[in-house]
Amino acid sequence: MPAVSKGDGMRGLAVFISDIRNCKSKEAEIKRINKELANIRSKFKGDKALDGYSKKKYVCKLLFIFLLGHDIDFGHMEAVNLLSSNKYTEKQIGYLFISVLVNSNSELIRLINNAIKNDLSSRNPTFMCLALHCIANVGSREMAEAFAGEIPRILVAGDTMDSVKQSAALCLLRLYKASPDLVLMGEWTSRVVHLLNDQHMGVVTAAISLITCLSSKNPDEFKTCVSLAVSRLSRIVSSASTDLQDYTYYFVPAPWLSCKLLRLLQCYPPPEDGAVKGRLVECLETILNKAQEPPKSKKVQHSNAKNAILFEAISLIIHYDSEPNLLVRACNQLGQFLQHRETNLRYLALESMCTLASSEFSHEAVKTHIETVINALKTERDVSVRQRAADLLYAMCDRSNAKQIVAEMLSYLETADYSIREEMVLKVAILAEKYAVDYSWYVDTILNLIRIAGDYVSEEVWYRVIQIVINRDDVQGYAAKTVFEALQAPACHENMVKVGGYILGEFGNLIAGDPRSSPLVQFNLLHSKFHLCSVPTRALLLSAYIKFINLFPETKATIQEVLRSDSQIRNSDVELQQRAVEYLKLSSIASTDVLATVLEEMPPFPERESSILAKLKKKKGPGAVSVELEDGKERGELNGGGDRGVPDLTNALSTPSPSADLLGLRSAAPVSGAAPSAGSLLVDVFSEAGPAAASAGVNDDGFLRFVCKNNGVLFENQLLQIGIKSEYRQNLGRMYLFYGNKTSVQFVSFSTTLNVQTKTVEPLVEGGAQVQQVINIECLTDFVDAPLLNIKFRYGGALQNISLKLPVTINKFFQPTEMAAADFFQRWKQLSQPQQEAQKIFKASHGMDTEVLKAKLLGLGTALLENVDPNPENYVCAGVIQTKAQQVGCLLRLEPNAQAQMYRLTLRSSKDTVSQRVCDLLAEQF
Amino acid sequence: MQFMLLFSRQGKLRLQKWYVPLSDKERKKISRDLVQTILARKPKMCSFLEWRDLKIVYKRYASLYFCCAVEDQDNELITLEIIHRYVELLDKYFGSVCELDIIFNFEKAYFILDEFLLGGEAQETSKKNVLKAIEQADLLQEVRLHTDP
Repeated sequence: MPAVSKGDGMRGLAVFISDIRNCKSKEAEIKRINKELANIRSKFKGDKALDGYSKKKYVCKLLFIFLLGHDIDFGHMEAVNLLSSNKYTEKQIGYLFISVLVNSNSELIRLINNAIKNDLSSRNPTFMCLALHCIANVGSREMAEAFAGEIPRILVAGDTMDSVKQSAALCLLRLYKASPDLVLMGEWTSRVVHLLNDQHMGVVTAAISLITCLSSKNPDEFKTCVSLAVSRLSRIVSSASTDLQDYTYYFVPAPWLSCKLLRLLQCYPPPEDGAVKGRLVECLETILNKAQEPPKSKKVQHSNAKNAILFEAISLIIHYDSEPNLLVRACNQLGQFLQHRETNLRYLALESMCTLASSEFSHEAVKTHIETVINALKTERDVSVRQRAADLLYAMCDRSNAKQIVAEMLSYLETADYSIREEMVLKVAILAEKYAVDYSWYVDTILNLIRIAGDYVSEEVWYRVIQIVINRDDVQGYAAKTVFEALQAPACHENMVKVGGYILGEFGNLIAGDPRSSPLVQFNLLHSKFHLCSVPTRALLLSAYIKFINLFPETKATIQEVLRSDSQIRNSDVELQQRAVEYLKLSSIASTDVLATVLEEMPPFPERESSILAKLKKKKGPGAVSVELEDGKERGELNGGGDRGVPDLTNALSTPSPSADLLGLRSAAPVSGAAPSAGSLLVDVFSEAGPAAASAGVNDDGFLRFVCKNNGVLFENQLLQIGIKSEYRQNLGRMYLFYGNKTSVQFVSFSTTLNVQTKTVEPLVEGGAQVQQVINIECLTDFVDAPLLNIKFRYGGALQNISLKLPVTINKFFQPTEMAAADFFQRWKQLSQPQQEAQKIFKASHGMDTEVLKAKLLGLGTALLENVDPNPENYVCAGVIQTKAQQVGCLLRLEPNAQAQMYRLTLRSSKDTVSQRVCDLLAEQF
Repeated sequence: MQFMLLFSRQGKLRLQKWYVPLSDKERKKISRDLVQTILARKPKMCSFLEWRDLKIVYKRYASLYFCCAVEDQDNELITLEIIHRYVELLDKYFGSVCELDIIFNFEKAYFILDEFLLGGEAQETSKKNVLKAIEQADLLQEVRLHTDP
């Protein structure tokens, strides 16, 4: 028997384990195990009743066999029998077996629950703890049903031993996580919060995990924990390293508890009470200061524990995102870690800085470390650290450093690990698009991507470059020239051939004037790649060829020759064969005019969110993309779709784009049904782009869209949709805001703040769920600025922050006033002082349809007066704006000029600011 | 914490503790994948890695790897010290612990872990208190003589 056995050593077990260890082969091991299983089975089935010790020993052997990875299908009953033994070790082994080999047999569960019930009521703290450990380890729904009521009582009872309290707290946590519906809040909840004040540090340590979880789901009920947590933290932070005795870990006072306290505070916004906040800021400063002090020990445990607290403090500072001073200090501290000799610290500093980069207060400070981060990308030996560096570069990228960062990432790609190449490619593509000032740089970057890491360039990336080139005529010539040059390389990636084929097919004419890239040269160059390509690429090239016939009639004969060759027209691939046949026919039958129509240049793609971004998100999972969509405006510029006015969400969502067919051949009847494999490639991308499409940059537009209507979608991105319903009467209004979680993941710490008072919302928005918020509005006096709504939440790890103008505008408080022509003109004349009138002349940005105009004027809230204006083309309206302070009469005249596509809008009211505001608002609506 | 695994340099699992409900099959797959991933890493590499949607924190002590999977918002460094504290507890209880102690007394390793971590959260971080609880339990065992088959 080996000497290592300790405690109540079961000799038979030790012998068995030794035997297993001595087995020379897997087969021998299985043989020995089967022998043992047979032995145990016969013992369990035997006539002789087994004593507790033997039962314990055999159950333990079964457990060992199970943990080796073998299946065990018996012994549960014997284990359950052990639970009711009055010998501690037998009971303990019984519980261990039950916890490891959870069984769903209901009869068994009933017996187990009975045994647990007995132990819980035994008042023997060791037995109680064993039972609680078992519940916590199994955590099943059945256990929650049986004990979720009892455990809170044990937890807060005055006479419960500390050790039992600790187990009860974490046991309850496990049940709450598994079956939150079964753990009912009640009178015990307030008492749980006060465990933060418990004298026993162990009790606080255990209880705080429970409190943190409960707070994150019910912040209001637990908000008293904030001040308690702050004062506890403050006592720990300011204590000397020996004050806390055994809770001091390598000279660091209570590191686990400190981290948990800081984590709990991250469930809440900064404390409102000035004293509490001051104390907390002091704590955070002390923690930052301590980081600069010389270490009290050379042991890595000391520095790890100390830095664990520091990183948690920095997380809290980032979470608050409101103390510029602390944010910058945090950033400097992380900057020091970036050059630390400990790999772990460098890793964490890079990770933490990634979130700092998205704060407006620290973004610039993060940027100062760019050289160090680039260096890390080049020199770190651990791929996971390099990955972090790449993430950080991505997060700190903005217009000022985009060229440098993209260049560095490109050069890193040449040697990057295969595991992260695809993601790197996506990131480079996104940055290049997002920060492109001149599009030739963008085109160069993407072509470089294909050249360096062609295998990792997904379809989304090369589709995107094509979309952008098509939508930007200033870059088309450059793109044609560049792809032409790139294709000169003796070996170029198939993706390059795809991009080249597509772009030359559309814009080859732009470089055809140069004899070095004459039409025939272009064609020969493309065709030289043809035989090396896969079927979809060949299909694309065939489409490019037919486009060539249209662009350059002089290539017709050559290309028809190619199409006619057996390898095309009799190709075994049905798609290629069909294209060859149809294109050949089309080129010989159709007149030049028809051909020119059918093969016309691709129309611009509708503006939509980059499909690449969607891809990256999908790849990284929720919350992983830290630089989100705050760049809506830039993308709008980039896609350059032109003046499309206010984007219409529903259209962008559901209408399949007419230009979605790869080469716009939909209209050519023979081809339309024939190209599902290659022809519809772009359609696939679009379906992935997601509904966020047009909404990315519309925060303000959303506001303007509601001037003339009261209900609709105010905001939408990938994660969140905010809908509005509102109603107004006189100077009062009520607005319902609906926050819909579009993902399948919870939003945590969800909060909305308005610069006026509101009821708080549920802090947690389940995946797919919607929460509602009601805002009551009273108009005191006339106003210009709309209330600002600020929404914060955590999705995955990343903090999301959205600011919106609530569409509450002065016109919402209009009461329509009907009046006759004479009345109108009399009042119009009365309001003749220059400051009472506001006028705007502007170009129509939408159609000038009469019915639409009328609907909008009615939506404004005024009465539309018929037969008043002598010119029937004009519209006049009247209304009274109701504010608490006064009523403001308001007259309006809108004169459309269909020929010039212009409007003149005139507002007169008794108050100059009102005239001006209504005029400004309304002018945006046509 | 979602789970903790102890495994040898040869990839043999020595202890596994799961704090989230997973099927036996999933557990086996996770352990296999993770053991492979970690054994493939070089000694000086960082102790943290992203794995699926979890953060893995691991450290090697002699022939044994200790590996914890924590969630996104969890603190890596403090998890590393959770591992260390557990090693200290084993060390103190067994008296310079080695892999064999954990093999032959696996049930004790589980009991100590349950006193220290429960439901994936630290229950008692004081070394003295944890060991006191275990020793009390050991004292409760009956003194008896028996002959083994």
